[in-house]
Amino acid sequence: MTDVINPQTTSPLPGAVVTPTDNDEHGAAAPKRLGTFFWICAGWITLITLVAIFANLLPLPNPDFQNFAAPQNGAPGWGHLLGTDDLNRDIFSRLLFGSRVSLVVGFGGTAIGLILGGIPAMLSGYRRGRVDTFLSTASYAVLAFPALVAVIAIGSFWGHQLWKITLVIGLFSSPLIFRIIRASTLTYASRDFVMAAKALGASDRRILAREILPNLMPTIISFGLIAVASIIVLEGTLAFLGLSVPPPTPSWGNMLNEGAALLSGGPGQNNAWLVIFPAAAMFSLLFTLNVVADKLRSYLDVTEVKL
Amino acid sequence: MSTPDAAAPLLVVDDLHVSFSTPQGELRAVQGVSLTLELGKTLGIVGESGSGKTVLSRAIMGLLPRQSTTQTGSVRYRGEEILNAEPRALRRLWGTQIAMVFQDPMTSLNPVQRIGHQITETLKLHLKLGKDEAKETALSLLMQVGIPFPVERYDSYPHQLSGGMRQRVMIAIALACAPRLLMADEPTTGLDVTVQAQILDLLSTLQRDRDMAMILVTHDLGVVATRTDEIIVMYAGNVVERAPTKVLFSQMSMPYTEALLRSIPRIDNPSHTRLVAIEGRPPDLINPPAGCPFAPRCPYAQNKCHNEKPPLVEGTAPGHSYACWFPLAAPEPAEAVVGSGVR
Repeated sequence: MTDVINPQTTSPLPGAVVTPTDNDEHGAAAPKRLGTFFWICAGWITLITLVAIFANLLPLPNPDFQNFAAPQNGAPGWGHLLGTDDLNRDIFSRLLFGSRVSLVVGFGGTAIGLILGGIPAMLSGYRRGRVDTFLSTASYAVLAFPALVAVIAIGSFWGHQLWKITLVIGLFSSPLIFRIIRASTLTYASRDFVMAAKALGASDRRILAREILPNLMPTIISFGLIAVASIIVLEGTLAFLGLSVPPPTPSWGNMLNEGAALLSGGPGQNNAWLVIFPAAAMFSLLFTLNVVADKLRSYLDVTEVKL
Repeated sequence: MSTPDAAAPLLVVDDLHVSFSTPQGELRAVQGVSLTLELGKTLGIVGESGSGKTVLSRAIMGLLPRQSTTQTGSVRYRGEEILNAEPRALRRLWGTQIAMVFQDPMTSLNPVQRIGHQITETLKLHLKLGKDEAKETALSLLMQVGIPFPVERYDSYPHQLSGGMRQRVMIAIALACAPRLLMADEPTTGLDVTVQAQILDLLSTLQRDRDMAMILVTHDLGVVATRTDEIIVMYAGNVVERAPTKVLFSQMSMPYTEALLRSIPRIDNPSHTRLVAIEGRPPDLINPPAGCPFAPRCPYAQNKCHNEKPPLVEGTAPGHSYACWFPLAAPEPAEAVVGSGVR
């Protein structure tokens, strides 16, 4: 500490006009922030997605390659980062390639559900009347079907290819998406700004696309991400039952299935790693999806004034 | 549908009836309203809540839902019949010919669209302006309606603006495509008194500058007193008095008009003066009373008022008419003026 005082910083120069700091926001609310935690979670989802897309380019052994030089059900180590499974295949490689199934079914199924459920829902909530009665009844009819049983039944005679599973799951997730989007559309369709847009000569299609849809976006994005998470769980359940994409294609669900069968095996047969790693991967993806959905919902809600 | 006619008055409403079907029966919200409005003039429609003034203004615009309402009579815009017209034909008029400023600026702006976007939207839709042109026009509109920092405001969301500013934005949106008729439905109801005056003055100035016609719907006689050319007083779906503004205030004939005027607080009243309220409630519009609709609440009502509905009759001053058997400040009952044949 010194006692040196710099007069120039402590007192303004004579005649200097002290200007208040220029607030160029003119009273606008402080911008909202997503926070570090959001970015960590979003980064993790992005990483998993990138790895799934570029898995072929990574220096990994083929997920179906049986390395007989390595021990069967080997523990994690330098040769095989996360160990090997019952058929001497690399668990790390199978885990990364397996993420493809979860992501395609999760995002693809949600996209199909949004198209099949969302567009009728907006019409239903905006037009009301007979259209609404018909579409709502149809949605209840599909909703009344136990989705898991229906997906299993359809899969058993139609096949278990990835695109078929995605399509069927998308179809059965659409009524729930329909209910949610219809309900939000209803609340916006009766608002004054819709009437105001109408009075300015906007057509119904324009009102739906320009006035109502932007208001639905926070709901669509946040609920959509939660739908992705629940569809991944549904696919995992199917795979665990051996009713999703057939082996040898790796998926987290069928890795769990294979691992669970080995859990009670004797020495050299027991492989807990084959259960732990896919379970952890699925957990981390579902957890981050839910966090991102929740943070995005409040971030995208521009009408929520921060006090 | 007839073709637009340049010589015809801007807006002619003839014997307009609007009723809603409700589970209790037909609700007759507007019962035989006629009016004429010329370009450059301002018409005030005054009445309390439930008098049918909002329904009337929406019926003129064609904004009422078709399934649940019955609308009869005639609404002609420049000679063209627009009552029950095709939505396509109405959409051509909306925005460019007729525009509306809504009651509540808090809810009539889209909460998730930026202000600028909401103004340019109509410009692009109707005038087919390019992006830059639209932005320039929008900024000049924001300036015209008195919004400070229009460039910054252009990118604001509605919730970042005060009520008065939002109503200015609504006015800018309504005026974007230079309509010839502006409908203002209680444009200041949700606003502070000082802001009310600013918004009303702004509307009057813009109306004069642009030589528009304006219909100002309000429950407040004070609002229309200095800003209109003609006033229509509505009660229970009926026009009960109509007169040029000056005549209305000097030769008020209908007790309801008087009651409305008396219920405005006055600055020169001594403190603690009780505010005069109109006793009772507006009548049931599903089963309206047989006589004058105002009779149950009217201090001057007599037997005749309860049994016979008074017709709209001509007053002494030109353009003045009223529906009352025993008009104020007139020595003789109304029928003496126009003859006893009317019922």
